[in-house]
Amino acid sequence: MAPHDIRRPFKRAAISDQQKRRELSLLRQAQNRRDAQQQARCLASSILSLQSSAPESQPEQSDIEIETVPESEQESEAFSKDLDVRQASKLRGPEVRKWFARQLMLPEWMIDVPDRLAQDWYVFARPAGKRCFVVSSNGTTVSRQRNGSILHHFPSALPAGAKIRDGSGSGQSYCILDCIFHELDQTYYVIDMVCWNGYSLYDCTAEFRFYWLNSKLEESGACNAPSHYHKFRFSAVPVYNCDQSGLYAAYTGVVPYAKDGLLFYNKHALYQTGNTPLALVWKDENCSQYVIDTDGKGEIPSQQQVVLELQDDRKLVTSDDPPVLFGCLDRDIIEKSGLHTGNLLRFAIGDGGLSFADGKLEKADLIYLGKSNRARAFADSYSKVLFQFMVRHSPLKIDDLLASINSANDQEKTPSDIEMVG
Amino acid sequence: MAMEVTQVLLNAQSIDGAVRKNAEDSLKQFQEQNLPVFLVSLSGELANEEKPVETRKLAGLVLKNALDAKEQHRKFELVQRWLSLDGNAKSQIKACLLKTLTSLVSDARSTASQVIAKVAGIELPHKQWPELIGSLLSNVHQLPAQAKQATLETLGYLCEEVSPDVIDQDQVNKILTAVVQGMSSSEGNTDVRLAATRALYNALGFAQANFSNDMERDYIMRVVCEATLSPEVRIRQAAFECLVSISSTYYEKLAPYIQDIFNITAKAVREDEEPVALQAIEFWSSICDEEIDILEEYGGDFTGDSDIPCFYFIKQALPALVPMLLETLLKQEEDQDQDEGAWNIAMAGGTCLGLVARTVGDDIVPLVVPFIEENISKQDWRQREGATYAFGSILEGPSPEKLIPLVNVALTFMLSALTKDPNSHVKDTTAWTLGRIFEFLHGSVVDSPIISQANCQQIITVLLQSMKDTPNVAEKACGALYFLAQGYEEMGPSSPLTPFFQEIVQSLLTVTHREDAGESRLRTAAYETLNEVVRCSTDETAPLVLQLVPVIMMELHNTLEGQKLSSDEREKQSELQGLLCGCLQVIIQKLGASEPTKYVFMQYADQIMGLFLRVFACRSATVHEEAMLAIGALAYATGADFAKYMPEFYRYLEMGLQNFEEYQVCAVTVGVVGDISRALEEKIVPYCDSIMTQLLKNLSSNQLHRSVKPPIFSCFGDIALAVGEYFEKYLMWAMSALQSAAELSTHIAGDDELVEYTNSLRNGILEAYSGIFQGFKNSPKTQLLIPYAPHILQFLDGIYMEKDMDDVVMKTAIGVLGDLADTLGSHAGSMIQQSVSSKDFLNECLSSEDLMIKESAEWAKLAISRAISV
Repeated sequence: MAPHDIRRPFKRAAISDQQKRRELSLLRQAQNRRDAQQQARCLASSILSLQSSAPESQPEQSDIEIETVPESEQESEAFSKDLDVRQASKLRGPEVRKWFARQLMLPEWMIDVPDRLAQDWYVFARPAGKRCFVVSSNGTTVSRQRNGSILHHFPSALPAGAKIRDGSGSGQSYCILDCIFHELDQTYYVIDMVCWNGYSLYDCTAEFRFYWLNSKLEESGACNAPSHYHKFRFSAVPVYNCDQSGLYAAYTGVVPYAKDGLLFYNKHALYQTGNTPLALVWKDENCSQYVIDTDGKGEIPSQQQVVLELQDDRKLVTSDDPPVLFGCLDRDIIEKSGLHTGNLLRFAIGDGGLSFADGKLEKADLIYLGKSNRARAFADSYSKVLFQFMVRHSPLKIDDLLASINSANDQEKTPSDIEMVG
Repeated sequence: MAMEVTQVLLNAQSIDGAVRKNAEDSLKQFQEQNLPVFLVSLSGELANEEKPVETRKLAGLVLKNALDAKEQHRKFELVQRWLSLDGNAKSQIKACLLKTLTSLVSDARSTASQVIAKVAGIELPHKQWPELIGSLLSNVHQLPAQAKQATLETLGYLCEEVSPDVIDQDQVNKILTAVVQGMSSSEGNTDVRLAATRALYNALGFAQANFSNDMERDYIMRVVCEATLSPEVRIRQAAFECLVSISSTYYEKLAPYIQDIFNITAKAVREDEEPVALQAIEFWSSICDEEIDILEEYGGDFTGDSDIPCFYFIKQALPALVPMLLETLLKQEEDQDQDEGAWNIAMAGGTCLGLVARTVGDDIVPLVVPFIEENISKQDWRQREGATYAFGSILEGPSPEKLIPLVNVALTFMLSALTKDPNSHVKDTTAWTLGRIFEFLHGSVVDSPIISQANCQQIITVLLQSMKDTPNVAEKACGALYFLAQGYEEMGPSSPLTPFFQEIVQSLLTVTHREDAGESRLRTAAYETLNEVVRCSTDETAPLVLQLVPVIMMELHNTLEGQKLSSDEREKQSELQGLLCGCLQVIIQKLGASEPTKYVFMQYADQIMGLFLRVFACRSATVHEEAMLAIGALAYATGADFAKYMPEFYRYLEMGLQNFEEYQVCAVTVGVVGDISRALEEKIVPYCDSIMTQLLKNLSSNQLHRSVKPPIFSCFGDIALAVGEYFEKYLMWAMSALQSAAELSTHIAGDDELVEYTNSLRNGILEAYSGIFQGFKNSPKTQLLIPYAPHILQFLDGIYMEKDMDDVVMKTAIGVLGDLADTLGSHAGSMIQQSVSSKDFLNECLSSEDLMIKESAEWAKLAISRAISV
């Protein structure tokens, strides 16, 4: 057994440059592998879900008057189904409008109180302002209203939302947020998150999307005060479980924005484009300035006005799928006014009002007023007409909502009481 | 049944080549014809006192080689062969071996000792030869002395061969008793005492229980310390070796003895012969190693459950230890810097001083500064060099706040010494010290910069000047420049080195052309520094880096011109090609990282690839590792266009994958397959059959170093991601290889190294799964993966339950969960919901501090929520 060698490295750097080259190579490879994985994880699924979530035609419902008139009503048949979101944000004209009209999830109006409100629903105060999609990609951010017109084009702290040197905004990354732009404080209130940093959230439940929205938005720095690389502030809205205290908080709570009603989201609902009964809007005078629809001059007409679509057989229907029949238009009016199938027509509801049988509309007293504004793309929805009708006659009050939660609570408690005794 | 082998063995040592060849063939033939008889004959030869000593030794050696080999797979074969050998023959052989221990011929005894240990190494783990230790120990108490010495030596070898858990405590106790008694001062025979002391060195690993017993430990320590005072220098050296080993194995038991050990070591360092003094210094270096490790663990993630507490031996010994080490610094040898193999007391002392500085930090500074001040300007070069070396040694450890004031004073002095000192040794150490200053006190980590615009120019001028000095000084100057450049990495868009960039590059290239650049690894140092200067360069100097491309290409071209090289010249050529390919690799990686420079660089791509292919062609059987690494970087920069090089390059790629001997080359090539997959994507399909076949072959080979297997799995993932559903062809094979590896890697039992390996294996397996899932996503063949999902979820649950995965595995594992959910969607929804991974593991990852883990977990959560909700 010979003595053991105890020589130590002398005047030498601990690592050889060759070893360093090997390690840097491995690091680069690992980074490239991560990027490749990341890209695979992000893009493919997002594009796929965008394609599948773009049905042929989706009626648009208008609860805020659209001011911008698109330059052309001409419809393009060549709408490519393979467009990805980043290309979509560069679309122009009617294609844009069509594309974006399809993309938003639109709440129905609350005409009765859903079951299990306290268990299955979220509630939050809807900011008053312009509903829009905010898309960040390739180092820029674009906000578009529902008719596709660009509201702002700006740098933001959203992922891929500004050109900054650190290169973190890789070409593959992008975000799509469902927002309301609030003029007064120049803030984008994010009410839903559709894609984040390349990850699609279309197929996620509202519960997950809201969790994601709250953690991610804050992390990104998008909620910070505006700066050179971040022109507008973003903000999440406080979302509550729709139990008694949550509903009360949403209704009365102080928020930095003007409220325009309350929005109710079913926790288990995916982001579904177009009208959905899994998101509901409700309002009264306490939480909205715009409870009763105004006319073009901003005045409340003495009689409720509705927009209906004229069909082949003179039927007047709503924008719902399937459409709800409101009546038939006289042949003379059609001939006299030169109306065609598909025209959107404005009516007042006369003193006869709406009458129901078995919870279904039986008869409506319609008075023809004329063609609707050219900017309108769709007729009113059944729930909107009904909500407006109820507002004028027997509104659904906040107390009704609270009461329905209470009675649900009572029902829930009863069996457990029995168990306690037993 | 034995046969006569004496004459053949004699012939095998003949000076006549033909005779020797003939004899070797005969031995081989015997062995193949009748192995048991052959081995018995050899053992008979070894045991026979009438045979010549040289044939006995050779017989033992051949026997030993029939039991053990360096290569893992060969070793395994030999072990199996011995275990299945005829029992009768084995008994005869063992009897002969034991008998030889009592031989009068020392070479025969010593050979037998080693062979016995080899046999024990095979048999004891299989509970065979149970009487061995008993019969050895009964010998110890017998005279004569030579048998006792041989037996102790055998025990020593045995402890080296066999792992401690194979021998029960009772036998360990007996072995230790015999060994320690043999070491004690009452043993009159020097050879016996030496053999016992060396045996203890190997037996220390068996003494866990005995070191926990105060009385036994006191006894062992007393005997070891006494042996350090033996009149025989070899015994003193062996005893200090034991102390060094104890210092790391039983650090936490040393407190009661440390004062005595200090006295013993201090005396040895000052007075004893060099081999002993070196071991005495090594004891303190080893204590430093221990305390640095412990304190690092304290500083890291303070959990309070560090196994071993720090006893601060170094801090306590500091006032006496530092002066002792400083004294050694003045015992330099002339020209030690030119001698690659030199190791003397001054070098050992300086190294130890550096470790002490790392252990105690600031406390060392006031103890060393007076020594530096007193000696730095003395007439005697030894004092100047010693002082400089002391300064250089303490630059790592103490805080910048403590050191920077000193450095600010010393810097000008050092720069002047580097140009003006008449002694080359002093200049060497001065340049090294400057390098250490830049390594530890320059760069973004330090608040107050020691280099200003004012002295930057001077520093560079001095360093470039020194590159013209003797090779050893020039090499250190290159090293200093390396760290100077490194300190300016990530300093922003503008580097203070920019104005000097051209001059620095020119000087380094001039160094590589020096006649004597082969000495003191000067040429290597110059290229390494050039690499670092390029790596740390900024956009400002990108055009200059681009200009460097044709220059290095020309250098590489020149190495290809030589014809008919001798093997020595061939080796030099290959080394130079390595340096140049390495340099090109760094340049490609640098220029490829930003679009504008990549675009300009691509004009050279064809030519560079041509050169790399010619470098490969210089060798017939192996591929050049550095060229392979460079090609990986080139493939990344080139992207899909790399396809045009594939027809010519493919055979070298295959050759690299087949290189089991140089496993580094194989590993690097596997990495390049990944690069190429990402670059070519589906264009790699024509090569997939042969690549996958080769990779699967590599996995099933027991000759390939295990460290290459994890990257092979990762590479499966890279290929699957690149080719998508085309991977179907290999799916069954790949999944089966992954599955068996996954089963092996779920449970870990073993040391840190094994845990680390298992984690890297898990990571490879998981990366493969990720790549396969993502590759198949959105394809109509997704359902092919469904049958594998239960096993994969089980694997994830399994490694989660084991609680020993590292952060990298955690991140990859949770990502796989997401990929599985993403690709299989509702097909796997309920399966996923039933797995532990989708709940506890996912939650743990979601709340992880590690951002990468958190991000992967959020992705997984998202994918799962989609899979479940659809």
